[in-house]
Amino acid sequence: MSLDKSAVRTIADLARIRVPEDDLDHLAGELSNILTFIEQLSAVDTDGVAPMTSVAAVGLPMRADVVNDGGIAEAVLANAPDKAEGFFSVPKVVE
Amino acid sequence: MSKLTSLTIAEARDGLSKGEFTALDLTESHIKAIDAGRGLNAFITETPELALEKAKESDARRRAGTVGALEGIPLGIKDLFCTKGVRTTAASHILDTFIPQYESTVSANLANAGSVSMGKLNLDEFAMGSANITSYFGPVINPWKRRSDPSVQLVPGGSSGGSAAAVAAGLVMGATGTDTGGSIRQPASFCGIVGIKPTYGRCSRWGIVAFASSLDQAGPMARTVRDCAIMLGSMVGHDPKDSTSAPVAVPNFESALTGDIRGLKVGIPKEYRPDGLSPEIQAVWDRGVAWLKDAGATPVEISLPATKYALATYYIIAPAECSSNLARYDGVRFGLRVEGKSLDEMYANTRAEGFGAEVKRRILIGTYVLSHGYYDAYYIKAQKVRRLIADDFANAFKTVDVILTPTAPSAAFALGEKIDDPVTMWLNDIFTIPTSMAGLPGLSLPAGLDGEGLPLGLQVIGRPFDEETVLKVAEVMEKASGFSTRPKGV
Repeated sequence: MSLDKSAVRTIADLARIRVPEDDLDHLAGELSNILTFIEQLSAVDTDGVAPMTSVAAVGLPMRADVVNDGGIAEAVLANAPDKAEGFFSVPKVVE
Repeated sequence: MSKLTSLTIAEARDGLSKGEFTALDLTESHIKAIDAGRGLNAFITETPELALEKAKESDARRRAGTVGALEGIPLGIKDLFCTKGVRTTAASHILDTFIPQYESTVSANLANAGSVSMGKLNLDEFAMGSANITSYFGPVINPWKRRSDPSVQLVPGGSSGGSAAAVAAGLVMGATGTDTGGSIRQPASFCGIVGIKPTYGRCSRWGIVAFASSLDQAGPMARTVRDCAIMLGSMVGHDPKDSTSAPVAVPNFESALTGDIRGLKVGIPKEYRPDGLSPEIQAVWDRGVAWLKDAGATPVEISLPATKYALATYYIIAPAECSSNLARYDGVRFGLRVEGKSLDEMYANTRAEGFGAEVKRRILIGTYVLSHGYYDAYYIKAQKVRRLIADDFANAFKTVDVILTPTAPSAAFALGEKIDDPVTMWLNDIFTIPTSMAGLPGLSLPAGLDGEGLPLGLQVIGRPFDEETVLKVAEVMEKASGFSTRPKGV
């Protein structure tokens, strides 16, 4: 599989990473090499094999549906790049 | 190394309990060693004042008769473990001002056992790398040098390169590492120390900056097998805050070191002898087999046929999970923010500036293999092959008790080598990744030196939650190898 510039631009948009136009060609080459490498898996017969999502042999544990945390707004906001009135603040999203 | 910085954890424990020296003495000598070893760039954040305070508290506890399993032992913490009030960067620009408001379970467990943290150790950015060259804070230098040209700077391996270099150079007695595809074992091999990645689920992942959640696992790195056993005992344990933390009993790992491996069967996978395997690696592996035979174990050839697909499988699953985990770095709640005209532009600008090249590459690959139309062909396919890899090991462990392989295909290479092609760099982890895919415990121990005087490691792999046998076998090999060489000048 080989990726072209526009495919890389789409992937970068999906990943929310700005990639300068000048870097797209180089990146397309690198990513295509990686895809060629991982495509060797298509040679493996996996008919009837169930996908393995986790090696942990246990199911997801349950706990009581109770509030066990909270009241720590200050700590939650301590590392915020921008905050106001006890909230995270971001650029305007509604015109 | 001064007298105190050359002690093992077990020796320091004895010296402290006999009153030959105090935790404060130990901490002070390690602060001096850290000062002298700053050229290695092993630390991102040193915390000497905090360490002195903790050492005094440890001495006070000892006087009061309360002694933890690691009482007064100076350790280093990989800068991927969140430490309350102490900056935690994951070696990334995007987190370089992040001060956690909570403590990771593993680092809290180590502190509760009485250990003294000397600070936060360098690593590859977000633990993505095999040479510790992707850190935003610069590369870590391996304290070992080539005999033929000691002026060449060598890499310590990665991603736990700061941990491995600091332990090898005597800046700390032990360190935490994390291992996703080999990040404890490969740097341990490159730096001539011992490191164990326990079974997935042994150590809580809570508070560890996530890379690939189905693979990430914390473990100890130290200068002897016994020291790793001591540290591991304090790191593990069920944690309700991590849903994949295994609710299993914690054995006394140190008491598993009986030296008796008579009758054990040791699997030697034939697929791990690829054409072009370095004769020096082959020789050290053969020597390892001979030591085990001498101790009464039986080598058995085994086959792990799907193992050759492990690397390709890993480089679908790990980037997929990474792209999902690293979506949280958006410039809103913590870390770097680079402004933009819209919210989307702010995200894209922040992530472009905050992440390094290797991290971006993996996020992009992960985004692609998870995207509509490719999910089944790549991601689901890789998860199926992962099961075949895990089944191979399960079959092998029906007949053998442990598996012995080399840890890495080479000794430490020079800074600047192997950087042209990401796939070549990834080959470093060819012997460690299959174990990670199967979630099994794997330990690397130094087994000899190559022609350049650089350490080479062997890997012992065990059944799920059978770290005891892994440690027992490794300790027998450690004794047989007589490996006690330290890097020159240390």
